[in-house]
Amino acid sequence: MNAVPHAKHRDVPVPREVLHPQSYLREGSTIWSWLTTRDHKRIGLLYMIAITFFFFIGGAAAGLIRLQLMSASGNLVNDRTYTELFTAHGIIMVWFFLIPSIPATLGNFLVPLMIGAKEVAFPRLNLASWYIYTFGGLLVVATLLSGGVDTGWTFYTPLSTLFSNTRVILAAAAVFVVGFSTILTGLNFIVTVHRLRAPGMTWFRLPLFVWAQYTTSVIMVLATPVLAMTLLLMAFERLTRIGIFDPALGGDPLLFQHLFWFYSHPAVYIMVLPAMGVASEIIPCFARKRVFGYRAMAYAMLGIGAFGFLVWGHHMFVSGQSSYASDVFSLLSFIVAVPSAIKVFNWTATLYKGSIELAAPMIYALGFVVLFLIGGLTGLWLAATALDVDLHDTYFVIAHFHYIMVGGTVMAYLGGLHFWWPKIVGRMYPERWARIAAWLIFIGFNLTFYPQFLLGLAGMPRRYHHYLPQFQLLNQLSSTGAGVLALGYLLPLVYLIWAMRRGVRAPDNPWHATGLEWHTSSPPPKENFEVVPRVTGAPYDYEPTSIGPEPPHPAGPP
Amino acid sequence: MSTPDAQLGIPPAAQLAAEQPPAKQFGTRSNQDEATEFGMWVFLATELMFFGALLLGYAYGRHLDPAGFAEASRHTDLVIGTANTAILLCSALTMSLAIRAAQRLERGALMSFLAVSALLGLLFLALKGYEYHDDIDEGLVPWADFRITGIHRGAAAMFYFLYYALTALHALHLCIAIIVVLVYLVRLRGAAVAPFRQQITVAALYWHFVDGMWVLLYTLIYVASPRS
Amino acid sequence: MILNPLPPPASTLAPKIDHLFIAMAALTGLVAISVALLMLIFVVRYRRGSKADRRNPPSGAFWLEVGWTGIPLLAFFIIFLWSTAVFSQYYRPPHNAAPIYVLAKQWMWRIQHPNGRREINQLHVPLGYPVELVMTSQDVIHSFFVPAFRLKQDVLPGRYTYAWFKPTRTGSFTLTCTQYCGTLHYSMLGQIIVMRDADYARWLATPNQEPDIIAQGAVLFRSAGCSGCHAPGSSVHAPELRGLYGRPVPLSDGSTVPADDTYLLDSILEPEKQIVRGFAPIMPTFRGQLSQDDLDALLAYLRSAEVP
Ligand code: HEA
Ligand code: HEA
Ligand code: HEC
Ligand code: CUA
Ligand SMILES: [Cu+2]
Repeated sequence: MNAVPHAKHRDVPVPREVLHPQSYLREGSTIWSWLTTRDHKRIGLLYMIAITFFFFIGGAAAGLIRLQLMSASGNLVNDRTYTELFTAHGIIMVWFFLIPSIPATLGNFLVPLMIGAKEVAFPRLNLASWYIYTFGGLLVVATLLSGGVDTGWTFYTPLSTLFSNTRVILAAAAVFVVGFSTILTGLNFIVTVHRLRAPGMTWFRLPLFVWAQYTTSVIMVLATPVLAMTLLLMAFERLTRIGIFDPALGGDPLLFQHLFWFYSHPAVYIMVLPAMGVASEIIPCFARKRVFGYRAMAYAMLGIGAFGFLVWGHHMFVSGQSSYASDVFSLLSFIVAVPSAIKVFNWTATLYKGSIELAAPMIYALGFVVLFLIGGLTGLWLAATALDVDLHDTYFVIAHFHYIMVGGTVMAYLGGLHFWWPKIVGRMYPERWARIAAWLIFIGFNLTFYPQFLLGLAGMPRRYHHYLPQFQLLNQLSSTGAGVLALGYLLPLVYLIWAMRRGVRAPDNPWHATGLEWHTSSPPPKENFEVVPRVTGAPYDYEPTSIGPEPPHPAGPP
Repeated sequence: MSTPDAQLGIPPAAQLAAEQPPAKQFGTRSNQDEATEFGMWVFLATELMFFGALLLGYAYGRHLDPAGFAEASRHTDLVIGTANTAILLCSALTMSLAIRAAQRLERGALMSFLAVSALLGLLFLALKGYEYHDDIDEGLVPWADFRITGIHRGAAAMFYFLYYALTALHALHLCIAIIVVLVYLVRLRGAAVAPFRQQITVAALYWHFVDGMWVLLYTLIYVASPRS
Repeated sequence: MILNPLPPPASTLAPKIDHLFIAMAALTGLVAISVALLMLIFVVRYRRGSKADRRNPPSGAFWLEVGWTGIPLLAFFIIFLWSTAVFSQYYRPPHNAAPIYVLAKQWMWRIQHPNGRREINQLHVPLGYPVELVMTSQDVIHSFFVPAFRLKQDVLPGRYTYAWFKPTRTGSFTLTCTQYCGTLHYSMLGQIIVMRDADYARWLATPNQEPDIIAQGAVLFRSAGCSGCHAPGSSVHAPELRGLYGRPVPLSDGSTVPADDTYLLDSILEPEKQIVRGFAPIMPTFRGQLSQDDLDALLAYLRSAEVP
């Protein structure tokens, strides 16, 4: 495969009128200029602000959950509030933070830069999806302010349709709306990657981050409408009491679960593939080595994306679905783990004979690999039908997915923020603080969630406001960990903002990284590149024996 | 019937030159056009999955009780269903002719074919409305005096839930498609074709999607099980 | 708890699950530790500036990659077969299993024995005999989970689901609801009480309907919302009901009535009729919301000494 379809780019005369274009940050500084921008980089930042807001709302809910669980029969919040807390926590963290996290911020910022394009394919649509996101966000805030919702993030019927007396429809509307923002982002990225690659940027010269965004986008476009439809049916049934999920009318509540997980399992890969992309950029750079098995890495992501659509039934082993269906879903779940295995081994092998520097982004990236590994391996326990009978809906599941989503993806997201912060804001973050925060998060995270594996094995069910006294010690450990974790998350919030104004000015390529985004100024100009880049070789052209001058590591804030 | 753009006094070559320049990220006009069309394809993939949720429900219900689904399917109105299929297939043809006319910049033909397509679409909707009316009269509404009883009641109810959901969703899509066509009819009055050529081609894709989806629904709802 | 968090196994299936647990822990533990250790070794040995040999850094190795794709696949396949074999036993109850009917509702377990005997939130079974649970729900989805038996099955409205177990130890084992079923999901607890044959026979022989109905009333007292106002420490100003039965009650119109059954029933169904002195008439009527059974249970509970 080569760049033939893009030969057209070459007929374009390259404008070389500007030598030092001004950065995208300086193209208008009024709020209005931000709210009407079509610049993918600015839209990425708009998303960043929005999802950070929601992360801390979801985090505050998590904080209250953990405080309530400090004691076996405490009453810091009452039971009803507790159910609303974990529901809000789940809904916000999944749909308003984690799904848009890497794709909509780093992805928006980097995809065009990495493929040598001036913009995404449909800039107006891109801005529209941010507004749709914001509107969905307002709906979710309205849900919280008007009393909350108590169904759990899974909205299982008939609890959600016939029994709950909370704001189910408003919450479903929020998720429904935000889904469209996800779909539009995905659509934009797919077309962008297909049609806007720079001359010479063939598919197998794409950075793995772009591959990750691309696969993620395909899943977004194909899976999200199923969720939208499912929520629509659910809300309709709740409004009219007429519905396809109500056994009294001949409907079937299990159908809801099938539909929900048909979306939500692929959605978990929406949440992890971009993180894999980030790790695949950072690890080669700080190991000064070509990524091991590039093609296998790309195919593995495609494999995860494709097989991810076939395993949803593993959330329903004890739901009453037929045992044969369970067996098939179990087998497929094991198979979908194989490409993940390939990726873990490839990252490890990338380190071999490298020249490794444990700079902050690298700590985050390696932290991602380790925590993803643990989360993924425990996923295998859950995929084994016989074990899931015992583990289903216990804290083991909670620990499993927090290891991947919080330990894995959030760490990778933070790693990516650090890695590209110089590019985004044009200034370096304080390295020492960043390392402290990375370790704090790693340790706090394990303290929070490792005990939950033990709790799950011991039989503590999830979504419990009170629990049996024998679980108290482990719960207290977990809550303590959450405190450390909260501190760990607040640190980057402070110093990254600090660095925006006070950090040392960043050179164009502080990490001596390959990749087109480093071949433009920091921060990039509005049009991304002064000259349309022409790509001549494979990505990750690192050499462990020639590192170049040490990258600057400015000291932390005084 | 064909009224070339030339009759408006604008030579085609000049019209083409008058097309807007490409947006900066595309480089060339043709790249932009291809990207727009590709974007529509991706969008249609999303649309497909929107229906996909209901189709998954169909597969699930049918897998649980095939006989019940067959029983329910026998109560549908095959005549109207088939007539509607024929109507939409005709509209697919007229829409294709419309695209051809657009490519050749033949205004009159384009507008007539668009108008015929829209009319066929409306005819479909009218028949569909009539069919709903019949269905209600015949007690084919699972939540009100459902006519099908016995051991297959559950599956039949599921079938009819899906029937209403799928056909209503389809009708909604057809409404949108008709509105889009009407909008272009209005915008084309007295205007040159060339600037709309690409947009109409892309819009026609959407029309074809709605048609194709109906053929699938027709198969699943009306003819998937043998009638006695 | 830290080394072996699993509760001691108490059914015939439990040890089979535990073997799989141990194998899985060993396999995944080994993989996790090896990968993490390897990473650590690389990070130390190839740290920037170290003198390690970095000639010919590989960026791919075909057979190695085939190996680490194929070996996990093989391992997965073995686990899958093992797990599926054990899992299928959950679906094959012994022929002589005695049926027990379980009705789940927000937020309690109602259990009925083949001889018609009923229990609430308790299930007495004899040691060593298989039991098959035939379960359904009156409202939302619940899940019947007994950790010591490694047994879990969702309980759905509108259909039956089944589960079976054969206890291997006497004692009392926790039953919890693991499918989120609304506000009091966490309180949907119970006990499986496994008894020796003789004890079980004795238990079967003693008719003790009364405690059950009181227990049912206690559950209703919370689930119907009474406790929201009447529990001690509630923020609503409502009278405490402990020891109310039989006591004279001063009413707002100056009269005094004895708190007999009729009074209790009236207070629930037509609270506005007689208002206790010093309280606002805010108690809602429960007419139409509670069945006769429910009312009986509530009254039995209010009469008992168990009112908080
Ligand atoms: C980003 C999110 C994410 C990701 C990536 C995954 C990945 C996986 N998940 Fe997880 N999962 C969730 C998020 C995620 N999950 C969530 C949110 C829930 C709960 C939802 C709810 O109920 O609220 C859940 C629940 C869940 C269940 C249902 C549990 C239950 O409710 O009973 C199951 C069951 O099979 C499961 C399995 C898996 C598997 C097999 C993978 C695999 O993809 C993992 C693959 C990775 C590896 C396996 C590691 C690398 C492998 C190796 C290094 C090879 C090892 C080699 C040998 C062992 C030989 N997950
Ligand atoms: C997708 C992302 C995501 C993320 C990032 C998190 C982050 C965290 N989660 Fe969450 N979690 C889910 C997704 C996520 N979770 C989902 C989907 C569920 C299931 C919901 C359901 O059952 O329906 C769940 C459920 C869940 C439970 C189970 C509740 C139950 O079943 O009863 C718990 C319990 O410990 C928990 C804890 C935490 C903690 C401690 C964090 C921490 O990582 C958060 C740390 C961040 C902060 C603490 C914020 C920063 C600090 C402040 C804002 C200052 C204020 C701090 C305090 C008051 C301490 N989560
Ligand atoms: C909204 C709060 C509220 C709820 C819910 C509520 N009550 Fe009351 N209840 C009151 C108040 C206030 C009074 C005192 C005023 C009155 O007599 O109506 C009262 C009075 C009573 C009395 C008479 C007490 C006495 O001292 O004579 C009984 C008995 C009673 N309630 C039982 C119940 C039962 C049983 C339920 C649930 C099925 C219930 N209540 C639910 C608020 C409540
Ligand atoms: Cu019943 Cu949870
Ligand atoms: Cu899953």
